[in-house]
Formats: sequence, structure tokens, C-alpha cells
Amino acid sequence: MSTKTDTPRDPGADPGTGAQTTPGADLGAAGSRLSTAPGEEISFPSLGPVGWARWFWRQLTSMRVALLLLFLLSIGAIPGSLIPQTSVDPVKVEDFMTGHPTLGGIYDKLGMFHVYSSVWFSAIYLLLFISLIGCILPRSWQFVGQLRSRPPGAPRRLTRLPAYTTWRTDAEPEAVLAAAQRVLKKRRFRAHRDGTAVASEKGYLREAGNLVFHIALIVMLVAFAVGSLWKSEGGKLLTEGDGGFANSLTQYDDFKSGPFFDTGAMEPFGFSLDKFDATYERTGPQKATPRTFRAHITYFTGADGAPHKTAIDVNEPLDVEGSKVFLLSHGYAPVVSVKDGRGKVVYEGAVPFLPQDAKNLTSTGVVKVPGAQTKDGKPNQLGFQGFFVPTFGGKGSGSMFSQFPALDYPVLTLTAYHGDLGVSSGLPQSVYKLERKNLKQYVDGGKKVAKMMLPGETMTLPGGDGSITFKGIKNWASFKVTHQPGNGLALTGAVAALLGLAGSLFIQRRRVWVRAERVEENGVGVTVVEIAGLGRSESPRLGEELADIAVALGPDAPPAADPDPGAAPEPGPEDSAEPTDSADPADPSEGARA
Amino acid sequence: MNIAAAANETLAHNSNVLVYSAMAVYTLAFLAYMAEWVFGSRSKVGRTAAALTSEVRTPAAAATRVERKGGTAVLERPEVVTKAAPGSRDVPDGPGAAGGTEKGDLYGRIAVSLTVLAWALHVGGVVTRALSVERAPWGNMYEFSTTFAAVAVTAYLVLLVLKKKVRWLGLPLITTVLLDLGLAVSVLYTASDQLVPALHSYWLWIHVSCAIISGAVLYLGAVSTLLFLFRDRYEAKRADPAGKQPGAFATSVMERLPSAASLDKFAYRINATVFPLWTFTIIAGAIWAEAAWGRYWGWDPKEVWSFITWVAYACYLHARATAGWKGRKAAWLGLIAFACYLFNYYGVNIFVTGLHSYAGV
Ligand code: HEM
Repeated sequence: MSTKTDTPRDPGADPGTGAQTTPGADLGAAGSRLSTAPGEEISFPSLGPVGWARWFWRQLTSMRVALLLLFLLSIGAIPGSLIPQTSVDPVKVEDFMTGHPTLGGIYDKLGMFHVYSSVWFSAIYLLLFISLIGCILPRSWQFVGQLRSRPPGAPRRLTRLPAYTTWRTDAEPEAVLAAAQRVLKKRRFRAHRDGTAVASEKGYLREAGNLVFHIALIVMLVAFAVGSLWKSEGGKLLTEGDGGFANSLTQYDDFKSGPFFDTGAMEPFGFSLDKFDATYERTGPQKATPRTFRAHITYFTGADGAPHKTAIDVNEPLDVEGSKVFLLSHGYAPVVSVKDGRGKVVYEGAVPFLPQDAKNLTSTGVVKVPGAQTKDGKPNQLGFQGFFVPTFGGKGSGSMFSQFPALDYPVLTLTAYHGDLGVSSGLPQSVYKLERKNLKQYVDGGKKVAKMMLPGETMTLPGGDGSITFKGIKNWASFKVTHQPGNGLALTGAVAALLGLAGSLFIQRRRVWVRAERVEENGVGVTVVEIAGLGRSESPRLGEELADIAVALGPDAPPAADPDPGAAPEPGPEDSAEPTDSADPADPSEGARA
Repeated sequence: MNIAAAANETLAHNSNVLVYSAMAVYTLAFLAYMAEWVFGSRSKVGRTAAALTSEVRTPAAAATRVERKGGTAVLERPEVVTKAAPGSRDVPDGPGAAGGTEKGDLYGRIAVSLTVLAWALHVGGVVTRALSVERAPWGNMYEFSTTFAAVAVTAYLVLLVLKKKVRWLGLPLITTVLLDLGLAVSVLYTASDQLVPALHSYWLWIHVSCAIISGAVLYLGAVSTLLFLFRDRYEAKRADPAGKQPGAFATSVMERLPSAASLDKFAYRINATVFPLWTFTIIAGAIWAEAAWGRYWGWDPKEVWSFITWVAYACYLHARATAGWKGRKAAWLGLIAFACYLFNYYGVNIFVTGLHSYAGV
């Protein structure tokens, strides 16, 4: 067999030899429109705005420009992965700006800190998608035309086609052609009679797949746009057993939303944290790596919904009212109780501390007590700056660092301040930072007042200003609540793209012609059968398929004795060694071979 | 330490022993492939030169064979004449590393047998590692690298089983497998352990396995593309007898490779087959990200580089469909695309931090 191949032929189709350059190119109609890919022409327009506009449009929708834009898109995406992005980590961006003021300024002007929403990046993908639409519309139109018309007739000289075979038979041309039409139809070719030949074509799904793929890309872009325009995302930190959260703008610690999101009409639901479980690896090189995180919560939906209990794990969000609640992170909240100068408890509660080291959870936080007074009843706001470690590791060294993230040896260190916390100034203030401008640190005997406390211990403030007791520890967990429409559309687009792509890459579009003509040879009439094939792309399967068709035609066009045995090449030695390789349908070996 | 943990420790140890044994056998296979190339160099091959300097080959007349059976003639499966695409050199494939020599072929067969043995040890190592950690063995770069190499060798052996003539891939493949494993056991080694909670998901199986398979198979395509560039240059020099001719060593090696057209086609088929799988990998990743982080796409560095890789391969496929961008230009795009895949793996894991940086380098 001369169609040997040593390469895998699964994707079969090889557009490396597209219709523009296959032998089909000089075959006239027979080689035409085997695809809907736009041709490549770089001719310059005749002057005039209309000419230029048409030229520009044709360039934009050409394959070359599509290629260029695709390439630009991938290059344009690179900086966003290497330079810190505001949308991902604003703190890093600020650090970068202070670290490299000049470069940072240039980057900022170029939109490098928000690459994926920058003007230039948007310009690339918008141009690409205009190009895509401009490409798909005419291609779809053309494809419909191809579906409605018949496969083109046979070229005069079939020998010029990339795959070809011929033999002589005594059967009548009419009978051969009728059989050919039947065989081709059975193999699901679109076949019709055209003079002394049958013209047929198969594999339209390739083109359809390709169009579906490109259209699905547009669907995905639209879904992406819908998602970012109407989305919302907020964060909320909850402490075990403390008050819950209800879904409204004011209740979020932080909140962002797309420009079209309606903050006035948020779905009613809420939840509170009952208990948080965490376990960590105790030994080995991965010591302190978290193993499980689980937040046990109570949630309600609707205006006055009944409470339900459930648990949220990392990766397993809670689905409520079109939003999803994710477990993001966790930390510790020391429970303190503060008495002021009058001996009155002015503050009691859990204060969330933020981890400074993600591994062992050394955390910092502040306690603010605006309602405290001195023993004479003068306002004396109290502030405490604190460090918390779940497993104290600095024994003897005086420094506070944690050795392990679980509560094995919890220690709280506080330094105390008094004066004006600045909370009544009207300016928003972080609950994790002390505004020390109008605060004075407590000093006792020339030493700053600070104490390292175990649970249950108390630090007394000098001058009879009160005391603070470290009563215990609670867990806190932070949640992300997201609402993103268009996910279904995006998924639909993705699945369609995948199916279209598979069709486009794995299906081969090809044409097969069978011609049967009566000729006179040495005064005897004989029918010459010719079969030729042309693929959208060069594929070894085409040759095999042609051979299969020839074999199927065997019974209706049995070969006649060759009038001139010398004309045909001798059969190869390995061929004659396989006498069972016969196409006789009656031959039992046929089934085994097929 | 409890009993289960001790059993896991033993398994992890066995896994390491298996991986080291596999490396030892791969080294032997490497030597055998070298021997194949060395013995093959003694053959007199000059097929490309002959094909390029002879007259343009005219397609032989199609022949059909007729066989007589019980007096009636039946049509033998006919010989179909196929022609190379115009513009491509009609050059036959080289005979392979063994160069048609018996001794070379013997060493080639030994090399393949050793590869099979090493592969079995290697797969054993990956599986015991998975058993020792009671999860998919893709939690860190060590595990990722060992699995990656195992899949690449599997793909190579599958092609051999399918009777594809790909033994020429053996030497470059095993060389890089040894490099990859060496890097894995020395630099990237991480003791076997559990996963952080963020990785507990069946999407790990789907997404990561597809990513590994895609990369490993694309690697075969990239090797073929690279060899295409060399062989193409070689054929071009041969086709122009007036110009500078390739040296003896280059001739000896290049002559035995498949023709540039075959290498190019092989690479294209690999890339085109894997592209949908890579597409699926990204989609699966997006679904997982939606489940884990509440957004399916967040321009995280790993996502960005997967996207860049995808677009680069789309570029390559477009280039193949665009006249004027075929051949060498498309090949370069194919190599760039694979470089993007590699950067996404090594570069992003090591130099860039993002949500995906759990890799435990
Ligand atoms: C978002 C951008 C695009 C992506 C990701 C993309 C991706 C792809 C992929 C992966 C293929 C390979 C499928 C195959 O070989 O059959 C393909 C084929 C094709 N693309 Fe695109 N494409 C994009 C934009 C465009 C544009 C703008 C055009 C129009 C100029 C276009 C025209 C084509 C054509 C004609 C084919 C078929 C080639 C053939 O028949 O072999 N594509 N595209």
C-alpha cells in the first residue's frame, strides 16, 4: 500500500496545506470553497475614503491580522502576571510604588497596575473580537451557501488530484456510476451525478465546528462582560458566637461591585459563626500546614427565614439566594474585659487580631475603649496595642513570636495608652490600628506599661485608671460573599467552544469524484473507472478512504484483465505474499481484515 | 507515630527507591540509544541528497491488481497514488537512528526494552507515592515533575505500540526525562505529605491530570518541532548544491531523521490533538476556581500563563492555516507556545506568587 504512515493520524486534518495551496488551487471550481477561511491578499486600495475603509476592514478581518492580534494579546497579558495588580493585591502595588517611585510612576501611567482593564489591553481584545465577528459573519454566510449548493463537478484530469486510483472494468459506466453514488451515499457523502462522474463531499461538520468555536469565543466574552458589570463581592469577618451578618451594604467590612450592580436590591440572607475548627500538621517538614478548616454556621434566607445549621469548608462554599459564601481565612480574637477608673466594666468582648505571619499566626490587634473614665469621672479613653501568639515561642528572649498555629500556649502582650482615640472626629478609622496622635502611653516608674499575659491574667493601669483582663480566646473566620451572573452563559460558551474545536480539528473535509467512461482499446470497448480525492488538508486517511471506496465498488465494477500487462507496475513482493488480502466480499478474511 | 503513618512512611520510602531505580535504568536506556545512533552512523545513507538532486518525481501511474479467483476477476485493494503537497520537498523519511544497520537496530531494541522497564519502575514510583499520601500525587513540584516525565514516556511507548515510527524520539526524550527526574529528586524534592485544604477537591484529579497529560504530550510535539527546524535547514542546504553543504556529522544525524515534512506533520498532529485537552484543562480550572474562590477567572499568574499558553497555541494553529506563515515561522510559534507552558510551570511556581503558590517548591 502506498499510503503508509509513521505518524499518528488522529487529528487527521492538517491545514498545513490549506485549500489555497493544495493542488486544488489550480483545479478551478473543484478545488474551491473547501473551507471558508479568508484568503490572503495584500493589495493596496484605490484612493478615497471608501476604498481605504474597505481596505482597513479587509485587513482587520484577515487571518494575518487575527494572528497578529492573538499574538499581541498573549504578549499583552504578560506584564499583569509579573507586576503587582491593584485588583489582586493593592498593598503590594503601594509597596512597589514606594520602592520604585520613578518606575512606579511610569507603570501607573501605562496602566501596568491594572493591565486587564487597561485601555491598551482592552483595545487589543476588542479589535480581536471585531475582527472575529467580521470574520465569522461572511464565513457563516459562505458556509450556508456551500451547504445549499452541490459539491463541484469533477475536474478534467483527475490524475492531478492528491489521491488517485484507476482500473478497467467490463461493467457499463452507468452501472458503475449508480453503484458509486450508492456507495458514497452509504458512506454519508453528499453525492450527485455530474456528467460522466459522481461528485461528492463530506465533513461539513469541520467547518460548522470551526464556526461554532469562534462564535462560542464571542459568547464567552459577552458572559465575561456581564459577569464583571453586574458582579458584587464583599468580605465579612465574624467571631464565634458573636452577632451575625445580614446581606446589606452597610454590614460588609469591604465591598466592591460592578458598575451595574444595584446595591439597593440585595438578596436577603444572613449567617453567624457558631464554631470554627482547624487542624494542623503536628510533625514533619510540613509542620504547621493546615489540614482542615471548617466553619460551623447558622444561616437564614428571606426576610424572616428560619435558621439552618451547616458548615462551610475551604473549597465548599454555601450557595444562598444566588450568592456564594466562601470561607477565606481565620485567626484568633482574644476576649478581654476592661474596667475603668470607677471600677466599672466599660468593655468586654472578643477582639479579632490579624495574623502577621500566615504560618504560625503571630497576630496583632488593638482594643479601643472610648467610654472609659478616670476615678474622678473625667473622660479617659483607653487604647491597647497588642500582640497575640497561639503558641508562645519567645520564652526568655522577651520577643513575641508563635511556634505553631494552634492554641498550645497562648500569650497576649499589651501596651496601654490613654487620651483621645480620635473616634469622634468623624473620619473613618481602622479597627485594627490605634490613631496615636492624641494618645499618651502609660508610664510607670519610668517604664512603659506593658504585660505579657496568660489567659486569666490581668494588667493593672497606673494611677488607678483601671485594668484589663485576658479572659480567653475565640476564633474568627472571614468570609467572602460573591454574586456573579453570567456563569451559566460562560460555561455554555466554554462547552460549545470545546465541542466546536473538537469538530474543527478532528473532522476532515474532503471531496471524492468517481468517473466512469467508455473507451476503445485495441478495438474493444472497456470502461475506465477513476477515483480521485481532495482534502481540505492533506491527510493519509484520504488515500485509505479512496481504497475503501474502490473496494466497495468491486462487485459492481469487477476489474477486467489488463489489456497491456506491461503498463502497470509489478505488484510489490510483500503484496503478493498476502494472497488473503482480498476484497472479495465472499472472502471470509474480509471481515477479519476490516 | 501510629501504624498507618508508619506504613505510609514505608511506601514513601519505596517510592523513592523506585524512582531512583527508574533513573538508573533510564541511564542504561540512554546509553543504548546512544549506541544505536553511533552504530547507525556507519551506514551509508544519502537518501535526502539523492531525492533532492534527482529529477522531480512524477507520480507513478496508479496501479490496480487483479486477481483471478474461480474464473472471476476481483478487485484487489487498489494502490492509491498520493502526492506530496506542492511547495514541500518530496523527500523520503530517514531510516531512523539505527540507519538500517543490524547492530544499531539491536541496540535500538535494547534501548526500547530498557525504556519499558524503567517506565514500569517509574510508574510504580508514582503510584506508591500516591498511595503513601493517600491522594493524587500532584501536590508539589516534585510529584508534578515525576508524573510529568512518566506521562511523556507513556505517550512515547503508546506511539511505539501503535506502530508509529517514533524511535527517533527516544534519545532526546530519555535525556530530558533524566534531567527532569534529576532536578526532581535533588532540587524539588518534598517529603510526601498531605495537601493544604484548598487542594482538597476532585477537580484536582481532573484539572491537574489534564494539565500534566497536555504538557507531557505537547513536549513530544515540541521535540519534533525543534528537530524539524534542524532537518528543514539541512534539507534546504541539500537542495541548493551551490550553497554551503552541511558537515559530515550533521549529515549523518539528519539523514536518519524523518523528513522535515513528516516531523512538521507529526508536531502538528500532536499539538492539534492536545489543544482541545488543554482548552478543557483551562475550563476545568476555571470551574474549580469558581468553586474554590468564587470567581472563575481572576487573572492570577497561573491563570494568566495558562491563557498565554493557550493563545500561543491558537496562534500556532492559525499560522498553519495562513499562507505564508507555515513551516519555520509556525514552528517557532509552536516552540514559543511550549516555552510558555514551561514558564507557567517552573517560572510561575518559583518566581511569581499568587493563589496557586502552594507548590511547595
Ligand atoms: C479570540 C481569537 C481567536 C482564537 C482563540 C482562535 C482560535 C482558533 C483555533 C484554535 C483554530 C484552530 C481550529 C482549526 O484549525 O480548525 C482556529 C481556526 C481558524 N480561525 Fe481562529 N481564532 C480566533 C480568531 C479568529 C479570527 C479573528 C479569525 C478571522 C480572521 C479567525 C479565523 C479562523 C479560521 C478561518 C480558522 C480555520 C482555519 C482552517 O480552516 O484550518 N479566527 N482559530
